[in-house]
Amino acid sequence: MSGGDTMALCLALPLIGALLTPLIARMGENVREAATFVTGGTLFALVLSLVPGVLRGDTAGFDLVELLPGLAISFKLEPLGMLFALVASGLWIVTTAYSIGYMRGHHEKNQTRFFMCFALAIFGALGVAFSGNLFTLFIFYEVLTLSTYPLVTHHGDEKARNGGRIYLGILISTSIAFLLLAVVWTWNLAGTLDFRAGGILEGKADDKTVMILLALFAFGTGKAALMPFHRWLPAAMVAPTPVSALLHAVAVVKAGVFTVMKVILYIFGPELLRDTGVSEWLMYVAGGTVLIASLVAMTKDNLKARLAYSTISQLSYIVLGAALATPAALIGGSMHIAMHAFGKITLFFCAGAIYVAAHKTEISTMRGIGRVMPVTTIAFMVGAISVIGLPPMGGAWSKWLLALGAAEAEQVVFIAVLMISSLLNIAYLLPIPIRGFLFAPDGHEGGKVAIKEAPLFCVVPIVFTAVGCVVLFFYADNLYSMLLPLAGGGK
Amino acid sequence: MSAHLPALQIALPLMAAPFCLLLRKRQLVLGFGILVCWLSFAVSVGLVRQTLEVGEIVYSLGGWDAPWGIEYRIDLLNASMLALVSLIAAIVLTYAPASLAREIPESKQYLFVPAYLLSMTGLMGIAITGDLFNVFVFLEVSSLSSYALISLGRDRRALTATLQYLVLGTIGATFILISIGLLYMMTGTLNMADMATRIGAMESMRTVHAAFAFFCVGVGLKVALFPLHVWLPNAYTYAPSVVTAFLAATSTKVSVYVLLRFVFSVYGYEFAFSSMPLDTMLLALSLLGIFVASAVAIFQRNIKRMLAYSSVAQVGYMVLGISFASVSGLTGAIVHIFNHALMKGGLFLAMGCIVLRIGSARIDDMAGLGKRMPLTMFAWVLGGLSLIGVPLTVGFVSKWYLIEAALEKDLWWVAGLALLSSLLAVLYVWRVVEVAYFREAPAGAQREEAPLSMLIPTWLLIGASVLFGIRTEWTAGIAQKAAALLLGVGP
Repeated sequence: MSGGDTMALCLALPLIGALLTPLIARMGENVREAATFVTGGTLFALVLSLVPGVLRGDTAGFDLVELLPGLAISFKLEPLGMLFALVASGLWIVTTAYSIGYMRGHHEKNQTRFFMCFALAIFGALGVAFSGNLFTLFIFYEVLTLSTYPLVTHHGDEKARNGGRIYLGILISTSIAFLLLAVVWTWNLAGTLDFRAGGILEGKADDKTVMILLALFAFGTGKAALMPFHRWLPAAMVAPTPVSALLHAVAVVKAGVFTVMKVILYIFGPELLRDTGVSEWLMYVAGGTVLIASLVAMTKDNLKARLAYSTISQLSYIVLGAALATPAALIGGSMHIAMHAFGKITLFFCAGAIYVAAHKTEISTMRGIGRVMPVTTIAFMVGAISVIGLPPMGGAWSKWLLALGAAEAEQVVFIAVLMISSLLNIAYLLPIPIRGFLFAPDGHEGGKVAIKEAPLFCVVPIVFTAVGCVVLFFYADNLYSMLLPLAGGGK
Repeated sequence: MSAHLPALQIALPLMAAPFCLLLRKRQLVLGFGILVCWLSFAVSVGLVRQTLEVGEIVYSLGGWDAPWGIEYRIDLLNASMLALVSLIAAIVLTYAPASLAREIPESKQYLFVPAYLLSMTGLMGIAITGDLFNVFVFLEVSSLSSYALISLGRDRRALTATLQYLVLGTIGATFILISIGLLYMMTGTLNMADMATRIGAMESMRTVHAAFAFFCVGVGLKVALFPLHVWLPNAYTYAPSVVTAFLAATSTKVSVYVLLRFVFSVYGYEFAFSSMPLDTMLLALSLLGIFVASAVAIFQRNIKRMLAYSSVAQVGYMVLGISFASVSGLTGAIVHIFNHALMKGGLFLAMGCIVLRIGSARIDDMAGLGKRMPLTMFAWVLGGLSLIGVPLTVGFVSKWYLIEAALEKDLWWVAGLALLSSLLAVLYVWRVVEVAYFREAPAGAQREEAPLSMLIPTWLLIGASVLFGIRTEWTAGIAQKAAALLLGVGP
């Protein structure tokens, strides 16, 4: 089977899975979940089988259908997309397991619709990852937006409706008003929308136009949550926790930063940005978002809201890496997609587990949680350290590379931004497990506390992703060598 | 036989209309009408195939040669208009029986079909003829019969709506007649092709200018170009659902065709856009229309009325495309004629299903419809997404061409405004979605889907609006060739 066929299968699998879910669901809950596992497992195996080809430098791909003359829905494999596809499909399996525990433990309604939209969202994410031109990327970007809307508004009440409004409002408006304009404009200037190493815009437009285009792309990609278009992410937290975990820490938000990274790598070309300096303002916007979002996170008492702002801050690391456009920054930014994914999904899983087992959402009520839920709290600690960027967790490497990239670009101020951000991360993440272990739970002062963890289906995924954070630290060189070609354009 | 298809196209429904009166019985009349519509569609498909083979068909009626006799002149553009009108007419009439039974008194139902067939004859006559006076005659045929159709509405306000439309429609028709009279006085001919060759010599004469202005304003009324649209919302709101669906999908579209034909084939675009400031006028009016009408749509409580205002806005997009006077602009305009007919036809048919079940088109009565009529509401949502212009729907294809045309002319602010305006569509579409899916249905409401005889035609149109959003070679491909023909640049 050639790489192109495998890619087609990877796309078809979650789509078919989604369409069949309502039928399979009639055979009972267990069959439905088993089917999701089989789909997810096969998908991940297929995605994994593409890796050797990418390491060899093959460019597999295929065109699906020509929508408009010269504009096909086409797919092409390259290292960055490979990484994103691996992360999204791999964590989907883990999240499915977690969802079963969470959704049943919580007696959620409409579970069939939930699993169906989830599979559709994965389809959208893989489409984004494999897209071979900007046009395809835009289409799947919108698929992802629309398929996640029913997930965000899952509870169907007033709060969900309002959250959904902000979610859809910001994501659709930015993508139609800015991103689509940028796409058509690029088409108009360059006569192509293909992703090509080194970019397609060089020599096609003057510096001013390039700068405007960059702004349209950066802010048009609302999913990258660059301030001031970040409000949708906290709003999306009304969703059930598995959605927040996989989609709003991994698939959706990473699709956003992935888009920014991909546009800078293959549409503008890092060289163009370095030579003209048109991306300097973007570094400051990203740096500002890193710090401001961290500060806002400190003020949030709701755990999921705090994690959401932390995500906004971390996403801007990746945008910063793209804007710096030096080899180390590009690789570091790309690597952060994977590192942050594992760290943040662990944190969200923990938040959901605490909610299911102890029914707590506010941080101020979580004193002593470590004594009740030790496994969860230790995992939270591991995830937090990875997000902060300390060894021996994966997050250390990407942050290191980003700092290196800032130095390469002679933008020393951003090294400071990264360090301050780490300190802020410590300040708003670590107190939660520390207070959880050092204090006794309210009302149990002095006495023994019974351990009460979340259902096994919740705990196993948490342990898995937490271990993943550590494993990524030791095997980061594999990721590094896969991503190395990204910097090739700048040699 | 195939040589006489042009005559058959008009004669068939024209002769069938009075015959219906002889049949009298409701079922017989409806069955006969449906048969005639589908036969008409078959004839127009034959015509499209002929034009694709031989280019232009010239048919002299009764053997009298032009410019003395009346000739039918069919190229790719009006052949596809014919196909569009007859297809929509056939689908809507197939859908009609169940809906009519609810919305029109039984004693009047057999009168509905002849009026409907005459209206369709008029619209096809406008499209097929090569004679300017003939355009006027058919315009009156279609207008008079559509007044009758609208007045069939149950609400007594249908009568005042009809009167309003009658007065304004007659003013428009009079303006057109004045223009034709002036042109006949100057050129001594009524045949459009003949007129085009003679008009060049007298382009600087004031009478010719006056004729141009009269015609544009007269057709502007029929097109419902802002601010000449005041008749449209009432007419669409109070007419029976079936009539609204048919008129919304065809009537204004044929008028746009007349404008295209008159401006590009009779006068030529150099005159219209260089000697006359038509481009600036159309650009300003269409943009104003798009924004004002969309904004008004957001505040409507009656959904048929909301869709009517949205139609005024969507006509703005077509006119916007014309104002660019470039191949991509005209392609956008022509393709939007088709695309909008599909989506708005589908939306109004879905509204018909809703009215059938809940007896109202008011937004407050639509609470919980997502559960009560899932298939109908899902069709509505898809149609709504198409109105917004989400990728993989026809609305996106139109918008793509329009934005491209604007950027080609360096009118980037127009491109931006056109995109911003689709955000207004998000607002009015999502208002309905939220009520239908998030508000609880009134107590005692059960799941009651519309009958299949109505659901299938609705889904045919909505399905087509997705299909042609993916496969565009039929719609955009033909539109592009037609645009090249109109501009005389050759395909």
